[in-house]
Order: sequence, then C-alpha cells, then structure tokens
Amino acid sequence: MERDETTTAGANPPMGNALGADNYLRHGRGLKSWLFTLDHKRIGVMYLVSILASFLLGGVFALLVRTKLLTPGNSALMSADHYNQMFTLHGAVMIFLFVIPGIPAALGNFVLPLMLGAKDVAFPRLNLASYYMWVIGAVMALISMTTGAVDTGWTFYTPYSTTTNTSVIMMVAGVFVLGFSSIFTGLNFVVTIHKLRPAGMTWFRMPLFLWGLYGTAIIQIMATPVLGITLLLLIAERALGVGIFDPALGGDPVLFQHFFWFYSHPAVYIMILPAMGVISELVSVFSRKHIFGYTFIALSSIAIAVISFLVWGHHMFVAGQSNLASMIFSALTFMVAIPSAVKVFNWVATMYKGSIWLATPMVYVLSFLFLFGIGGLTGLFLGALATDVHLHDTYFVVAHFHYVMFGGTVIAFLGGLYYWWPKMFGRMYSDLWGRVAALLIFVGFNTTFFTQFVMGSHGAPRRSYHYLPEFQRYHQLSTLGSYILGIGFVIVAVNLIHSLFRGRPAPANPWGGATLEWRTASPPPHDNFATTPVAGDPYDVEAWRYDRTIGGFVPRAAGDSPAVG
Amino acid sequence: MAEPNREGGVGEAHANHVAHHFDTAEQQFESGKLGMWIFLATEILLFGGLFCAYAVYRSNHPEIFVYAHRFLDKTLGAINTAVLICSSFTMALAVRAAQLGRTKALVRLLAATIALACCFLGIKGVEYEHKWKEGLLWGRRFHATLEQPAGAGNAVVQPSAPAGMNPEERSLIPPAAVGPRGLARPGQRAPGDEELGPPKNVQTFFAVYFLMTGLHGVHVIAGMIVLTLMLLRARRGEFGPGYFTPVDLAGLYWHLVDLIWIYLFPLLYLIR
Repeated sequence: MERDETTTAGANPPMGNALGADNYLRHGRGLKSWLFTLDHKRIGVMYLVSILASFLLGGVFALLVRTKLLTPGNSALMSADHYNQMFTLHGAVMIFLFVIPGIPAALGNFVLPLMLGAKDVAFPRLNLASYYMWVIGAVMALISMTTGAVDTGWTFYTPYSTTTNTSVIMMVAGVFVLGFSSIFTGLNFVVTIHKLRPAGMTWFRMPLFLWGLYGTAIIQIMATPVLGITLLLLIAERALGVGIFDPALGGDPVLFQHFFWFYSHPAVYIMILPAMGVISELVSVFSRKHIFGYTFIALSSIAIAVISFLVWGHHMFVAGQSNLASMIFSALTFMVAIPSAVKVFNWVATMYKGSIWLATPMVYVLSFLFLFGIGGLTGLFLGALATDVHLHDTYFVVAHFHYVMFGGTVIAFLGGLYYWWPKMFGRMYSDLWGRVAALLIFVGFNTTFFTQFVMGSHGAPRRSYHYLPEFQRYHQLSTLGSYILGIGFVIVAVNLIHSLFRGRPAPANPWGGATLEWRTASPPPHDNFATTPVAGDPYDVEAWRYDRTIGGFVPRAAGDSPAVG
Repeated sequence: MAEPNREGGVGEAHANHVAHHFDTAEQQFESGKLGMWIFLATEILLFGGLFCAYAVYRSNHPEIFVYAHRFLDKTLGAINTAVLICSSFTMALAVRAAQLGRTKALVRLLAATIALACCFLGIKGVEYEHKWKEGLLWGRRFHATLEQPAGAGNAVVQPSAPAGMNPEERSLIPPAAVGPRGLARPGQRAPGDEELGPPKNVQTFFAVYFLMTGLHGVHVIAGMIVLTLMLLRARRGEFGPGYFTPVDLAGLYWHLVDLIWIYLFPLLYLIR
C-alpha cells in the first residue's frame, strides 16, 4: 500500500508515510530529547500541546461564566467577586496564552521552515527560548490564579488595576514574560523568511500563509515592546507608587489606555492575520484551483499590519479624547475593512467554479467565511462614532470580538490543525466525525454569540454579574449554545487523539497541496528534506492527481517526480 | 543569536561555526545581523513608551519639568555622557580588533569598555543617593521640602482677563509684553516663572526621571553581562577574521545603550 521510500531514493525526497521509518518523532528518544530539542517541528508540537491545554482551561472558565448567567440574580455557583475573576481569567488565558501564540507558534513553527524547504528556523535556540518564555509566563499566570486571581478584565485598566487587592502584579509580570515569547517568535520568522528562502522562491512566489506570518511577525516585533513598557509601568505603579497613572499624584489614567491599546489593537491582528494565511492555503487546495488574486491577498496582509497601528483610539471613543481624534480614528478604522474585504472577495473568487471538496478543513473554511464576515461587518458598527456610544461596553462588543477571534482565528486554527495534522503525526482522522464536530461548533457558536448581538443592541451591559430579567431568555439561549460548543470540542479532541493510535497512516500529500511541506514524508524526517527542494508555484494544485491506491495525491506527470510540480 | 555549533570541538574554525541549517557562514552572519537589528528596534520601542510618557507630561505640565530639572546635577550628567561615549569608542575598537584577529587587544578593549560601564553606574549611584537623601523621589515616595524662593509672586506680570470675562477664556488674550509667554490657564504656570515657588506635582518629573534612567541602567547592566561573556570567549581565542559575529552584535547593542543615554541627558538635565 504505502509507497516505498527506496524507489525514490537519491535526489528525490522520500515520499509516503514514514511512521515506521526515521522521522522527527522517533529521532531521539526520551523526555530530554524533547525538552532540549532545537527542532522546529518538535517545538511546534510542544507549543501545540501547551496552547491546547490553555484553551481547555480558558474554555472551562467560559462555561462556568455562562452557567452562572443562566439566572439573573445571585448564584450558588459563584459569588460576584468570583464571577469577576472568572471572566478576567477567561479573557487573559484565551488571549495571552492561547490565541496570540496559537497559529504562529504552534502551526507556524511546524510549517514555516517546511514551506521554505529549509532545515529549521534561523535561530533554533531562540525558538526554544521562546517556548520556555511561554512556559514561565504560563506558570506565573497560574500562580496569580491560585494566589488571589485577577478581577480587572483582561485589559488591566487603571485606576482599578492599581487599587484592587487581587494578584495583579503576578499576572501582569506573566504577560510581560509572554511578550518575550511572542517577540522571539516574530523575530525568528522575519529573519527566516528574509534569509532562508529556497532557490526559485521570490517574495511573490511565497505561500500566502508565510505572508500572513510575516505580517504577524512585524506587528509582534513593533507592538509587543510597547505593551512591555506599559506593563512595567503598571507594576511600578502598584509596587512603588510612581504615580504615572494616578491623578492624585499628577498622573493620567487615560495614558494607560492609549499605551495598552497601542499594543492590543495591533494584537488582534496578530491573532487574525495568520488565520487569514491559513484560509488562503486551504481555500485553494480544497477548491482544487489556483488561488485568485495572489498579489492582492499578499499585500493586503501588509496593509492590515500597517493600518493596525493607527486605529487604537477607537477603543476610547467614550474615554474623553477630542472629537477630532475620534473622527480620525473612526475613519482609519473603516480603512481596515478594505484590505480585509479584499481577502474575503478573493477567497470567494477562488472557490468560484472550483471543484469544492468538503473535507473537514474546508468545512472550517466555509465556517470562517460566514463568521468572519459577520464579525468584520459588526466591527464597522463599533467603529462608527454615533453607534459606538450606544453599543460601547455592551454584549454587542463581546459578540463582535468573539465572532472575529473565535469565528475567525479559532475556526481557522482548527481548519489548519486538521489540514496539517496528517503531516504532523502521519495519521488520518475520521473525516466524518471531523465534519460533524465542525457543524456542531458552527451551530453552537452562532447560538452562543448571535444572541449576544441582539442582547447588546438592546443595551445589556457586558461583564455584569446581575442582569435585568428581560435578558434571561437570551442568556439561557447563549448558555445552551456554549454547551453545544463544548460538545463539539470534545468530539474534536476524541477524534484527533483516537487518530494518533488508530488512524490510517497518512500519505505524503493527502490533500493535494502544492506547497513544499507536502513534498516530504508524513511525518517529516529530522532534517525535513533529503535535498533542498526547488520551489515552484505554491498554488499549482492541478499538477497533483489523486491516487486511489495510496489514498493521497501524486504529481500528475509520468515518472512521479515531485520536482515536476 | 546566531551562535556557533559547538559540538564539533576546535579545528576548522570556519565550518565549525556554521549551524546545520545554514548553507554558508555568510548567510549565518547576515541572519544574525538582521536579527540583532530587529531586536534593537524592539528596544527602541520599549523606550519609546517612556519617551512618549515624557512628551505627554512635559507638554501638559512644562512648569514641573523646568522647575524640577534644576535638582539634577548637570556636571555629573555631563561626565557620565562623556564616559559612555568613550565606552562606545573602545567598543568600536574592540570589534575592529576582533575582525583583525588581535585577541590581546580585543580582550583589553572589552575590559576597558566594561570598566567605563562600571564608572557610569558608579556616578549614577552617587546621583541616586543624593536624590534618595533629599527625598526627591517618585510619586508616593516623594517627601522633599521644596524651598520658596525669595520675592515670590508679585514681581511677574500675569496676563489677566478683563472684568466680566469668563476666566476659562483668558487664553484668548495675547500675552502682555513683559509677562510670561504662552497660554495661561487657572492653576497652571507658564514656563519661566519658577520664581513663584514650586509647582504642583513635582514628583511627576522624578517618576519619569527614575523610570527612564532606571530602565537605562538595567540595560547597561545587561550589556555588561554580555560584554563579560564576550571577554571570556575572547580569552579562549574563539574570535578571529573568520568568525566575529557575537562581538559585532554585542557592539551594536552597546552602541544602542549609549545612544539612548545621549537622548536622556538633554531631555532630563538640560531643560530650558
């Protein structure tokens, strides 16, 4: 059944499944060979396991919050103080531990050098350091949770964050350390993309996932240090009373908001840009058609990265900034919609007249297009000055944010995970259960968050423990949706873990992708490629044909030389 | 960053330092250099937040800065500036020595750079001690008694609003010929009339001063650690014309630390 590597020995990389042969998972045994590895693939896998654990933790917090909100009054499940801590920890864990490192550090780390035909990222040690920075930051966040937690919301707004008696310093210091992890990853990716591209891969022949990661890395490098200094100032404020954000000592609390959003608005593009990169790959492969509008998609990533630095003031429309500043920020916010829409239109155009293959990753792509569309357009409601005054700090904001971050990033992350899973572990999962879970997640997600749009436009304030009884129906529907979501994720987990032990061995190219990572065995050998492959058009998917005997794709040309593609 | 692959022992100095995922030593060197420049950009952005805070507070309350900067010792600040510039010079010479393979000179120059850095920190320590003793500290810790200079108040002509005009609109009135320039608002003094006594919230200046110089000091210490590591590796004879990347990159970092001080000195000590 499996293609024998020896038949393509010599100049060609081994094709087919390498579970029994020498692969990166078997290259070196024991815990130490993992903990001190410099292999980007292993670091990617360690990141993947760690961020999925964080996702589970953040998800449990979310379900607890939703369960409390079944009733409008006091709840036996948690007190109001615990409720404040719970939604804060949900936000902080999901944002800083899961979504920001999610696609770049886990999937990106694994895929980026493979897509470049390189042996590793430019600085393997820095890559490992990045992972350990993540671990230290996560441990500090856990210490904070067990020593009083945090109840400020994930934004740590002053003056509340400097006066509450919860464990703010430990959490903020943890986030500071996580910032190093993020900067290291971004720095590594920029240098790798600049210096380690293979022969034949010009900037505009790079896979679009790399453009997404490049834009992300630029933001990580340029925005995270500002968050770093902001958090240091917050720590200094709490520990030493420097008074820089304290009006009683001549400081300005709104300055904190400026600093914080100068990072945190670009940070939402750190979260969404790599997701857009994943979608760009998947939509072409599963439509069996060349990507439409390559240059526009590539440059729109850079446009989004640039504009993202100029819109932070739209978080502060009601924080007393001048009308002129608000108008400028509002106009710039509307501009972000242009490159985002350029991407969406190009993806839809790619699907047009393609032969769409509804495998699990593609189901997530379709999910993404719907949910990101809704999330993006509702962002314009919030960017418009007049409507924002009404919608500010309501459930509408919560729903918008989740449509973009969950409906956008998490859905794309899942699509990417299902797409690269056979490459990572050399096993196929059950496609049927993959699609069932995707459908459940889609239904559960919309039930949870669409109701919050309705609630928010009726004026329900976010983050409150008590609420008016008239909103109870919505809250109960939303909670029901969150349980459906939970079930969907359980099926995802069972399906993927089951595949690790019982899954069919994956062929080298199960989906017919034309990017370089599919030209090596599944899972790849320690050095990625026997010889450095020459890059061609990354979206020439029609050069691969399905081969029933191996359950995967092979190059269309006779002789089956992968270099022909 | 691009550190050598040390698994192979000595011998074949060139090939030894090229990690397995790089094709050539040149590719490795260029990658290291690009990585370092990006790292320096993040450092500038880290300080950028503080420079931004400085700009905000100084433009909102110029009188605090004009008044409080007099408590800083210009002479010591100037000496420290000279010390750091000299250390940048020795660092540049050290990189040159590494490129030429003059190990002895390299070791000496690195040691001189570290010594100058120690000197800088020593002088900074003396300055901090003065501030500490006088209570010229940040925010909550500020407890200095500020003197009221003689002849306060009456000597200066203040622009004043005609009777019946809203005092909030005083800024519409052009400044008097002999009065302080600029706009006057209730409770705020224009720059230049510090004779009126200490303004409110002097501690803001010292908060900014200690945060900026403190963060810079941390970077000086980090630089000294890096330079010490370079010194130890240089003594083992690891650097030469074929491989000097770490010294080069450490030098870039050290120049940045100096450069930041060159901005801090006039912004904090030489306000007019």
